[in-house]
Amino acid sequence: MFSFPEGLRFQISGPIDDFVNWLLVNLGGFFDAITRFILTIFNAIEVTLNIIPWWLMVIALFYAGYKLYSLKMGIALSAMLLSIGFFGLWDMMLYTLAIVIISVLVSLVLGLPLGIFMAKSDRTKRIVMPILDAMQTMPSFVYLLPAVMLFGFGKVPAVFATTTYALPPLIRLTYLGISNVDKEVIEAGLSFGSTPKQMLMKIELPQALSTIMTGVNQTTMMAMAMVVISSMIGAEGIGEQVLISIRRLEVGQGFQAGLGIVFLAIILDRVLQGFANRLKETE
Amino acid sequence: MENKKIEIKDLTLVFGDKKEEALKMLEQGITIQEIREKTGTAVGVNDINIDINEGEMFVIVGLSGSGKSSLIRCMNMLNIPTKGQLLIDGEDITKYSKEQLMDLRRNKVAMVFQHFGLLSHRTVLKNVEYGLEVQGVSEEEITKKAMEAIELVGLKGWENYFPRQLSGGMKQRVGIARALTNEPEILLMDEPFGALDPLIRREMQSELLSMEDYMEKTIVFITHDMNEAFKLGDRIALLKDGELVQIGQPKDFFENPANDYVKSFIEDVDKSRVLRVRTVMRQPFTLARKGESREAVIKKLESFDREFCFVVDEDRKLLGYVAYKDLIKLDKSNINEAIVTDVESLHRNAYLHEVWGKLDKSNYDVAITDKAGRLRGVISYEDAVSALA
Ligand SMILES: Nc1ncnc2c1ncn2[C@@H]1O[C@H](COP(=O)(O)OP(=O)(O)OP(=O)(O)O)[C@@H](O)[C@H]1O
Ligand SMILES: [Mg+2]
Repeated sequence: MFSFPEGLRFQISGPIDDFVNWLLVNLGGFFDAITRFILTIFNAIEVTLNIIPWWLMVIALFYAGYKLYSLKMGIALSAMLLSIGFFGLWDMMLYTLAIVIISVLVSLVLGLPLGIFMAKSDRTKRIVMPILDAMQTMPSFVYLLPAVMLFGFGKVPAVFATTTYALPPLIRLTYLGISNVDKEVIEAGLSFGSTPKQMLMKIELPQALSTIMTGVNQTTMMAMAMVVISSMIGAEGIGEQVLISIRRLEVGQGFQAGLGIVFLAIILDRVLQGFANRLKETE
Repeated sequence: MENKKIEIKDLTLVFGDKKEEALKMLEQGITIQEIREKTGTAVGVNDINIDINEGEMFVIVGLSGSGKSSLIRCMNMLNIPTKGQLLIDGEDITKYSKEQLMDLRRNKVAMVFQHFGLLSHRTVLKNVEYGLEVQGVSEEEITKKAMEAIELVGLKGWENYFPRQLSGGMKQRVGIARALTNEPEILLMDEPFGALDPLIRREMQSELLSMEDYMEKTIVFITHDMNEAFKLGDRIALLKDGELVQIGQPKDFFENPANDYVKSFIEDVDKSRVLRVRTVMRQPFTLARKGESREAVIKKLESFDREFCFVVDEDRKLLGYVAYKDLIKLDKSNINEAIVTDVESLHRNAYLHEVWGKLDKSNYDVAITDKAGRLRGVISYEDAVSALA
């Protein structure tokens, strides 16, 4: 009487599974290529990060904080980085950082052209905008699903999920930055006979740079959030540490790892924000 | 007769989607307000015919929304006319290909904007260099030309500042310098001083005049301020609702206002303070050249029934005057020894009220010269009186 009748079923899970299988069979080479590509970049970035001595990173961060903000900020940021080391999370931090960096790089490669394209073509904008809206309302969890389906477990699906989750703000802000360039400045560019390429490179992109930088910052923050969640599909790094602690009910360990994530997020945010502010000043 | 630089023929510009419909309605004589309500299109320019001469300062004036910007933007095709032709040096630019248009914008026409349109991420120097940079001119050449332009507008020493560090007046100087580096033949200025406060504005006006004085560019200048229009313009076009109401020299507006609308426009303009000598002066009846024969000059003076005439050199530079009574006594074959160099002259940008001081002293014409000292025209007591009447 109160329960849904068992006879009334219309399930779409079957066709979806079929579709994914079909994808994997027919486009397997394509996904393999992506996997190899991501792994290559990941290794390159991880190797690079591991070559840099820890103390150099701390000093560099101190200097960045000092230059972009103040002496206090320099001290605070480098202290946060140091405590990540004290917590024994240094290597995991590098791993997490590597995934974030790849995701931001891929986002740049995809997001910049798409954002520019949206600003130039009304049609593209009308198609992409609702997709971005949908992507941004979807819970981050949902992104894990296609990642696992297409790439299985490990760092590759983690990069995939992180990138798709983090991409929208960069597209949106690139679009915003380009389409908000002062109309008279655009006209000035045209009136001197600039080619479309010159318009883009010499006028539109430089004028939109600080807005795009804000987009990079937001994308990085979203990537940070997602990379932690991606530990559920096999990404190592600090997120995994949290996950392990939850399973083992090690509250102290978990809290420490969580704090490490927060510190890393703050460091990235402050540094990128500082750059964005620098750019804004020139407007 | 002067050369026509820009010829605007039956030009109509409609904004919006239903252009054809709007054009038809215009032909039927339906008002643009009604067209706007019925079709949602805005008529910016309605069937305008104007010729702009080479080297003149042509001012387009009208209230806000009268179509001034719409019209001037057609002159470098930032707006694409819906109907009609726009000829520059006899070529219809509305038919230009992309490449030709780019060429036109790079070499012949430059624009100055109301809110300056400067690139905030570039220094003054880099802003001024922009027009040449897009053409791929060599680095040294660009910098050399840009520095010249910066010097010309009085911004030397400010090259490495950013626009945000400058005052409004200085920003517009950058805008003007940027437009000048390309050495355009035509300068389009859309309310360039509109955003400046009155004092700076007046200063910029006279600087523009003195610059124009020796550059001999064709300048199209837009303003909604009648005083500014009369001060600057050799000729003025008054627009209303996208249509041409009256066109002519400043004095024509005072002498023959086309209708009450024009009258209301010029009502509180003090003529003697805005009319410039250049717009009232006329060509001398006759002129003598240095080294010309005595007899020829005497003959000229007799045939025009003149007491004297001005003497110029090959470049039309004013040297002085010769009087009939001196010439008939002279026993040389040429006029050189009879030239009186102590001569009343006035710069062509002087206001009309400045003429009185000169005219009181002599019953002769006053010579009107430019910065280079060349004779541009003359003005007599009667000319001045009739202009102010
Ligand atoms: N891009 C555009 N799209 C639609 N309508 C426009 C556009 N530009 C101008 N118009 C309309 O064309 C008419 C003339 O505008 P225009 O800007 O040429 O006037 P203006 O004389 O330059 O005024 P102002 O002194 O305020 O600058 C106005 O009715 C305006 O609304
Ligand atoms: Mg305007």
